[in-house]
Order: sequence, then C-alpha cells, then structure tokens
Amino acid sequence: MTTASIQAPPPVESLEPVRKPRRGTGPGSIIKYALALLFLLIVLMPMYVLIVTSFKSGSDIGVASQWSLPETWTLASWEKAWTALQPAFFRTFQLAIPVAIISSLIGAANGFVLSRWRFPGADVVFTLILFGMFIPYQAVMIPLREIVTTLGIPPGITTLVFVHCVYGIPICTLIFRNYYATTVPEELIEAARVDGAGLLRTFTRIILPISIPGFVVTIIWQFTSAWNDYLFAIFLSNTRNGPITIALNALAGAQSPDYAASMAGALITSLPTLVVYVLLGRWFIGGLMAGSVKS
Amino acid sequence: MRRLRHWGPGLLLLSPSLILLAVFVYGLIAWTTKVSVSDEHNALGSKGFVGLDNYTKLFTNDINDRFTHSLRNLLIFTVVFLAGAMFFGLLWAFILERGVRAEGFFRTVYLFPMAVSFVASGVVWRWLMNPNTGDNAGGLNSVLGGLGLDFLQNTWWTNPDWGMAAMAIPAIWQLSGYVMALFLAGFRGIPQELREAAAMDGASTYRLYRNVIFPQLTPVALSALIIIGHMSMKMFDLIMSVSGPQWLTEVPAIYVWQTLLTSDYAKAAAISIILLLLVAVVIVPYLIYTNRQEKNA
Repeated sequence: MTTASIQAPPPVESLEPVRKPRRGTGPGSIIKYALALLFLLIVLMPMYVLIVTSFKSGSDIGVASQWSLPETWTLASWEKAWTALQPAFFRTFQLAIPVAIISSLIGAANGFVLSRWRFPGADVVFTLILFGMFIPYQAVMIPLREIVTTLGIPPGITTLVFVHCVYGIPICTLIFRNYYATTVPEELIEAARVDGAGLLRTFTRIILPISIPGFVVTIIWQFTSAWNDYLFAIFLSNTRNGPITIALNALAGAQSPDYAASMAGALITSLPTLVVYVLLGRWFIGGLMAGSVKS
Repeated sequence: MRRLRHWGPGLLLLSPSLILLAVFVYGLIAWTTKVSVSDEHNALGSKGFVGLDNYTKLFTNDINDRFTHSLRNLLIFTVVFLAGAMFFGLLWAFILERGVRAEGFFRTVYLFPMAVSFVASGVVWRWLMNPNTGDNAGGLNSVLGGLGLDFLQNTWWTNPDWGMAAMAIPAIWQLSGYVMALFLAGFRGIPQELREAAAMDGASTYRLYRNVIFPQLTPVALSALIIIGHMSMKMFDLIMSVSGPQWLTEVPAIYVWQTLLTSDYAKAAAISIILLLLVAVVIVPYLIYTNRQEKNA
C-alpha cells in the first residue's frame, strides 16, 4: 500500500519492475514503443540544440541553419565560455563539496536521534524541521543579508556554504531519518544501551559504519542543490565571488546574447551534475524521492 | 530523571540544528514579518509601525496593479505547469509500467532534466521559444513551420495575455520525469495479489486500471501535486533565465527581487510574506497529514 508517509526509506529500488516486461507485438505494443521513443526525442531535443549550437561558428547561427549540424565544427565558443566561467567553475566546487559533507554529517546525527533515540514530542519537532525545506527563501532573505553583513561572514562562497548547510538541514535530516528507520533495527540500539553504550558511542561505532548508502544520497543531493542554486547566489554573492549559475547568467543574459557561447556555457555549467547523475543515477533518484517526503 | 538521561543526549545532539533552524527559519520569518509592517521604504530605514498598510496597498494601490498582475501570472503558470507535468508524468509512468525493454534507459533519459539547473536549461529554452514567426521563425517556430504547422507558431512568453502558459513549457520539460518517478514507484507499490485477484474476476485491462490501479495512486498524485505545486509558487530561476525580470513574466518571487533593488524593504517583505502564506496553505496541511498517517501506521 502506497501511502503518503514520512516513515519509509528513499525507495531507490522501488522503481524497478516487479516482473519481467511483457514482450508483445500487437498494436498496443507498437503504440507503446512509438510513444516512448517520441517522448525520448522530445526530452532530448534541447540537449541536441545545446550541443549542436555550441560547436557552431558565428556565421553558422543564422535562422536557416538553426537546427542543422555545424558546417564547420569549432571550439571557439567553448573557449570563450570557458574563459568566462572558469573562475566561477572552480569556486562552485569550493562551495558544493563542503556543503555536501557538512550537511550530510549534520543530517546523519539528526536523523539518528529522530528515528532511534527519540524524545517526547519528537514528531512535532521533526515536522517543524521539515517546514524549513518548503519555505520560499525570499521570506528570510532580507534579514539574512543583514545578519551576514553584521556577523562579518565574508561575502560569496563562505556565506553560501553557511546558508546551504543551514537550509539543507531539513532534507538531510529527513533522508537519514527515513534511512535509519528501516535499516537499523530497534533491537540493535536497545542491545547497545543494555551494554552501557551511550548515544555518541552507539552513533559512531554502530550507526555510522552502516550509513554509507544514506551518505551517498545526501552528498549527491546537497552537491547538486548547491551547484544548481541560483536564488541564494543572486541574493548573497555577485559575479566576482559567486558560483557558476551567476557567471552563466552574466554570460547568457545579455540583451543580444552570443548563443553559441551561452550554450557551451550551459553545458559546462551542467557537466558536473550530469556526470553525477549518469554515474550515480539510482542514488540521485533516491534523494529526489525523499524530497517528496513520501514513499 | 531516569527518563531525562534516556533521551537527554539525543536532544543535546539535535540542539545545534534546532537552534539554527529556530533562528534562520522561524526567527527570520518573524523578522521579515516585522519589516513588512514597518515603513522602511528606503535604505535610510525609518522604523515606524504601519500595520497592514503595505499589504493592502499591494492589492489596492500598486502602480498598474503590478502585484495582482504578478499573481495572475503565477496562477496561469501554475495551472499549465501542474496540468502538463501531471499529464506527462502519469503517461510516461504508465508506458513504462506496461513494460518496455530497456526501461532503465528510458527512465534515465526522462529524468535527466532534473539534474540540470533552471539557469542552464533557461539558456536553451530562451532560444527555443524565439518569438519570431514566418520567414524569420527560429527555434520551435521554425520546426513548426517546417512541419507545415505554421498556425501553431506563436510568440511564446512574449504574448501579453498567455505568455505565462508558454513559460510553463520548460518547467513541464524539467519536472515531468520527477512526477513519472513518483507514479512509477506508486504503480510498483501496488501488491501483485490485487492485480491477480482482478484478473481472476475476469476484469478487462481497462477495468483493472480504472477500478483497481488508478484509485490506489490517489495518495501519490496528491503528493506529486503538492510538491510541484509549491515549487511552482516559488519559481524564480527559470523565469529569470528565460525572460529576465520584466513586466510580462513577473511573478511574486521576482517582484520581491525587483523591489529589493530599489531598497523598498517593507514592500519586498510584504510580498515575501504573502508568498510564504501561499506556500504554507498547501504545505502545512500536507505535513500534518503525513505526520498523522505515520502515527497510524
């Protein structure tokens, strides 16, 4: 029974078919495959445009040849885009990697407490935590900018690491809570308690060693979120100290943009998250599904 | 005392996060609310209390009804986006659930737009939704022209009345795969026995889906609607990168940003709080509902 429940784990495996696909050849089957392929083409179409345009030269971009392959393949736009984006590209790693690691550690500790070391009112506290991941961040942005200035946190990457870690607490807590609720039997914790192990000891000796799958999900999730974020970036950084989304927008957002360079830039911007998606897709999906709070 | 020792350490471990969220979520929302009832309309920051003035002015006294215009845009965008993403999400999940070879490949491709940022995909959608038609047609319009479907050529998001419906197309492209994943998990969570029982009763495939399977998917559909619905209300990146901030495609999330550029903090705060309330109306009942579901489980 599929109910909206906060309890179940990120169903990484739940997308797999229960039984072998039927192999029909009837009209229904033909329609099925035709539609599947048609949608495949539609979904990939923007990707085709990005790739093809990014290799075109300026004279090749005219209206008539928009959709065709480049007459001469050139890397000029890639070079232009790379020059424009390079500093921000490396800065964004300095943002996304610490965010991924710190958020995951916080999430693991919180998730453990909320799933297996509960206190009275834990459910209410958990719901209050979760609300934080749904708010429109505009509702905190005005005072947030003031606080960051007052506290003297250096603008740009340091500020963004801080806010992504804070506002990443809800989702990481959720993912780990769901993960521990199903992978760690209550008896294991009880046994550790009987043996006199305290919370920290139980957490570091028993829980952390079996937490790798949870960490993979939260690390990917937070890395991708921080990498793709634009809202915090535009409010709390600028083109000189901000992440790649800001730099790409500066490159592509002009009145009459250089489309070839913009598209090469869009591909460069997307490359790290796409690589993560292709290599670690199933865990990526695990984070996505957890984001819906349900199983 | 023994009970405190029992759960005390857990609360202690949790407390840094709780303090951070208390300050940075609830504290800052309270702070924004306070700004929204002040008269801080410039960088000088006079701090008089004006009650709900800033809110009522948004609805009654905004130049060109700018705020209601942004709400109207948001409504059109949300309706088209939700309808489209739910339709394609369910359709794709249905196709895959009927069983296709290389299902994993299709799934991976349908979902890949989720891995791309709106800022990056906005670059290509801006190109695809080129408003020129006829001989100058570019992007999607030139495809439509090439297919002999000239009558479908249109000005996309630059249309003053229905531009926001076009703006929803990239959002549909980006999030249908996500809805598909939710529905697919829903389909696969239905016990095999239910299908078999229906087959034993001689139910046709149509009856099976109509009376047995689709009703089981209602909770999934509800979650999907709420999740993408609240994303829609917050939509910012996509519109900023496709059209940039401008009147035609302005939604409240962008209006806040534009207002802050003029240092009208009180007005920006009031818009933010309205946006928060819109989201909360959807999300809070959902969170309470899931919490209760879990307790009953």
